[in-house]
Amino acid sequence: MVTSNFDYFAPTSVDEATSLLSRYRGEAKVLAGGHSLIPMMKLRLAEPGVLVDIGGIDGLSYIKEEGGGVSIGSMTTYRELATSSVIQANYPLLADASARVADLQVRNRGTIGGSLAHSDPAGDIPAVILAIGGSVVARTRRSSRDINIDRFQVDLLTTALRDNEIITEIKLPALAAGTGTAYSKFHQPASHYAITGVAAVVTVSGGTCTDARVAVTGAGDKATRARRTERILKGKELTQAVIRRAASRAAAEVEDSLNEDIHASAEYRAHLTQVHAGYAIEQAAAAAG
Amino acid sequence: MAVATFGESVKRTEDPRLITGRGKYVDDVRLSGMAHIAFVRSQYGHARIKSIDTSAAVDSPGVIAVFTGADLQEELGGLPVGWMLPDLKQPAHPPLAFETVRYLGDAVAVVVADTAYQANDAAALVNVDYEILPAIVNAEDATKDGAPLLHEEAPNNIGFDWEVGGGDYGEAIKDPDVIVVKERIVNQRLIPNSMETRGVVADYDAGKGNITLYTSTQIPHLVKLLFSLVTGWPEQKVRVIAPDVGGGFGSKLYLYAEEVVAGIVARHVQRPVKWIESRSEAYVSTAHGRDHICDVEIAGKQDGEIVGIKVDLYANLGAYISTFAPLIPTYLFGLMLGGVYKMPNIECKVHGVFTNTTPVDAYRGAGRPEAAYLVERMVSRFAQEIGRDPIVVRRKNMLQAHKNGREVTTGVMYDSGDYKGNLNKALEIFDYRQFRADQRAARREGKLLGVGIAAYIEICGMAPSAVASSLGAGAGLWESSNVRLHPTGKATIYIGTSPHGQGHETTMAQLVSSELGIPVEDIEVLHGDTDMGQFGTGTFGSRSIAVGGAALFNSLQKVKAKTHRLASHLLEADPKFVTFNNGTFAVEDIADKTLSIQEVAGQAYAAANLPPGMEPGLEEVSFFDPQNFAWPNGTHLCVVEVDQDTGKVEVQRYVAVDDFGNVLNPMIVDGMTHGGVAQGIGQALSEAAVYTDDGQLLSGSLMDYALPSADMFPMMELDRTVSPSPSNPIGVKGAGEAGTIAASPAVMNAVIDAIAHLGVKHMDMPATSEKVWRAMQDAKEARRAERAAARSQRS
Ligand SMILES: Cc1cc2nc3c(=O)[nH]c(=O)nc-3n(C[C@H](O)[C@H](O)[C@H](O)COP(=O)(O)OP(=O)(O)OC[C@H]3O[C@@H](n4cnc5c(N)ncnc54)[C@H](O)[C@@H]3O)c2cc1C
Repeated sequence: MVTSNFDYFAPTSVDEATSLLSRYRGEAKVLAGGHSLIPMMKLRLAEPGVLVDIGGIDGLSYIKEEGGGVSIGSMTTYRELATSSVIQANYPLLADASARVADLQVRNRGTIGGSLAHSDPAGDIPAVILAIGGSVVARTRRSSRDINIDRFQVDLLTTALRDNEIITEIKLPALAAGTGTAYSKFHQPASHYAITGVAAVVTVSGGTCTDARVAVTGAGDKATRARRTERILKGKELTQAVIRRAASRAAAEVEDSLNEDIHASAEYRAHLTQVHAGYAIEQAAAAAG
Repeated sequence: MAVATFGESVKRTEDPRLITGRGKYVDDVRLSGMAHIAFVRSQYGHARIKSIDTSAAVDSPGVIAVFTGADLQEELGGLPVGWMLPDLKQPAHPPLAFETVRYLGDAVAVVVADTAYQANDAAALVNVDYEILPAIVNAEDATKDGAPLLHEEAPNNIGFDWEVGGGDYGEAIKDPDVIVVKERIVNQRLIPNSMETRGVVADYDAGKGNITLYTSTQIPHLVKLLFSLVTGWPEQKVRVIAPDVGGGFGSKLYLYAEEVVAGIVARHVQRPVKWIESRSEAYVSTAHGRDHICDVEIAGKQDGEIVGIKVDLYANLGAYISTFAPLIPTYLFGLMLGGVYKMPNIECKVHGVFTNTTPVDAYRGAGRPEAAYLVERMVSRFAQEIGRDPIVVRRKNMLQAHKNGREVTTGVMYDSGDYKGNLNKALEIFDYRQFRADQRAARREGKLLGVGIAAYIEICGMAPSAVASSLGAGAGLWESSNVRLHPTGKATIYIGTSPHGQGHETTMAQLVSSELGIPVEDIEVLHGDTDMGQFGTGTFGSRSIAVGGAALFNSLQKVKAKTHRLASHLLEADPKFVTFNNGTFAVEDIADKTLSIQEVAGQAYAAANLPPGMEPGLEEVSFFDPQNFAWPNGTHLCVVEVDQDTGKVEVQRYVAVDDFGNVLNPMIVDGMTHGGVAQGIGQALSEAAVYTDDGQLLSGSLMDYALPSADMFPMMELDRTVSPSPSNPIGVKGAGEAGTIAASPAVMNAVIDAIAHLGVKHMDMPATSEKVWRAMQDAKEARRAERAAARSQRS
């Protein structure tokens, strides 16, 4: 497995990187941790003529508490997310999900920006960020915009990102008091990607659920909010029965596009999605207190 | 390090080198002027080659030459078959296909370039025009009329029909008290994953006409012989070197196309050439394992007595017959169908079938895991059918203990074993009664626990050559050794088997040390270079100690005899009164008359005072051919928990009590057992090669082929019983494959046990979460339907 030929650039600033992307627009790909892009290049499923390696740019790897929320540099690795006390305290599900991506080698290289930009249908992070809410900061040579995470994942391996844009930051909002979070994953035995993964962020106030964001990955062609599940939870006391009913609708949004492969049939995926939605919501509710 | 003893856990002397990156593998071989080769492989399961356009590849940067199968047809010959069966079909197996490709990965052309990258880039530019032909991948379907045909000379794709048996199964089941239980059991195809993939460097010496092949193989001597037979290259001009080899599991036990092609291409371009297999390439071009579809029935009585087993097996051969493929699903499988039981009636038919898949050959255990799985699964299945405990049924049918040969129904002679004693020890360690109580309590809390047992026996220590030859072996299966003591009393030995992870350098040195009293660090163990020593057969079939160790032992006895005679002469004592202990010759009752073996070795070279007729020097060779195979056996017990919600299986406990005869190095044997069990668990729970109907491999990489990982295993609890083997002078058996053989039935029996109360009776491997979940759903569904039917009948 050998990639086809490409030119390699190692810019040292975001400006330089975005200039390169503009100059080689259509041909160039950003290289972050390389753990999705390089396997695809080796299989010659991707044959970019130019690689713009953003790994050498200072200042893209950070976790900062800002205005109540947290901002994360796009080159922050899974390992950094998993072990960060800020992430553990503010978004335990993100720390937990990051710790369960693949294996240590992948976690040492793979980045939050790469994971979102790649939008793998079985990626963990897209579902987690969807459940937290927030936005993705995308920069070109001339401009910068915030893309709401709810509008970021567009389709299979497709996002709202343009091919001259670089993700520089992910902005996460502060979670309200009384919010509990959880990520529950059933992994594919070979790659450890999610066959299904469910992220739940649940706010409970005075015994009732005042807000709920639940997102599912692995089951369909992209990470998706389970809005029907959320609707069932909101405004109710989170009893076993309510959670069970909500979880049973977790696969509803992806019903028509369920993945099917040698590891899990569509039917089994739908079943696992419900089971893990139940686990995630229950844990999140328990954490919400 | 001091003098080692037999039975001591000497630490592996090769490990510091291997784990600090100082090993020397094929890819570490860098010769001056070395070019690189890449293969162009078929992307289809079955297709006719209409034409090949190499022009773009030839013009690509760095390319030295491009050869197609047609270009090299004459020189390459055909790959050999090393085991004959009656009426075996042997369709030509060209190393580079030139008319038809018959499996995904079949090589059609080879590119030689200055660098590996250039060779790969150019290979992608070779344009092969194919006419796609219908393909077949399922061995049973391939035998049906109208199925796509792979080879004209093999109608219905049948490569061979073979049978074995004993007693009269048909007659036995006429007894009205006999209950017959039938299952269809699939033993899925596996893909070997040695850490080091295959690779070869071919170095052609134009001046002498010699070829040296550095290759990652388990059988350097056989590669030399077979390469020479296939290509007509004079054998004395062929040298094969197996440097450090990073695993094989049986998959490096053949002469492969790439070895032949590299040798011939090196001669063409007059430069050394290197090929290193990528992992993806390995998935399609290195032989696969298992792939059986089997109709099996077991027959017995309500009291638990088993009267026989009947097997009708479709064994997938893949597209061609790989070197030892005919042996694996026949003798190594059929002869083992009695297990550790009396099993008075056995009937076994095997159909070896060609399909559009990668050739199938030996994979750790090779035939024996498939047999043990059938027998042990069916014995448990039978126990379930008659409502008895699987341990009780096993005990009732087990062979009595024996020390020196017991002929069984298939006609082979087990060497030694105490099957019930071994079982009892395992049950005691495991505390079976307590487990059953725990299991009931857990079930009340909604937890599904199951226990599985496998009481296995296997045939290894390949092999008495005359027996093997009468069964079809194309080569002798003895082993050899050379022991040389240097004038300083240090030793260099050359062994005919070469390791690919087993630790030969340690165990063989340990044997020398314990026999001659020389410290381990004074002993150099050489292997794997055909120009360095005498012929040897290779490392497979758990034979290195049972056959190779015995050959070494015999050389050591010769060294002992000669040094004893020389020492007696030098000590001016009657040999009768000269003792040898811990490396020292002494004269009985005379305290100061001693000589060390090092001093004696020095005298053998000085030759100043040799006994009359004694030749100078100190070097001995032995060739050992065993009288019988060796037959390790044992009991493995496994506990699993099945998750109610998802069907996920977790192995919670694993107890293995094995009988490997005498054990030279317990630590190394434990390591072999750990690895073997891990591999067996992998087959039971996760591994599976999956082809589409048209011959595409869906499990084509480690992203989809689920090798087990460390988090799937509990700490294994190992113990042993010891029945020394009478088949060799050191009483050893062989421990390389046993774990793999026992583990998959132990795990599967545990999975079924955990959900048997729901009505589940059998499930094929791997027991993936989905399969287990479905089995539970189906069983519950069936119960519901039954109850509904019963209700409607009542009303
Ligand atoms: C063996 C293995 C197992 C894995 N298992 C899991 C798993 O269990 N769960 C999981 O979620 N993932 C898994 N992954 C994928 C892994 O998480 C990837 O690392 C991740 O998806 C991509 O991040 P990266 O930094 O490696 O990106 P790269 O591979 O470098 O890039 C991926 C894509 O994103 C683009 N990109 C990267 N960074 C940016 C940026 N800042 N701005 C714009 N575009 C960008 C690239 O151009 C490319 O198209 C696994 C990968 C491997 C190899």
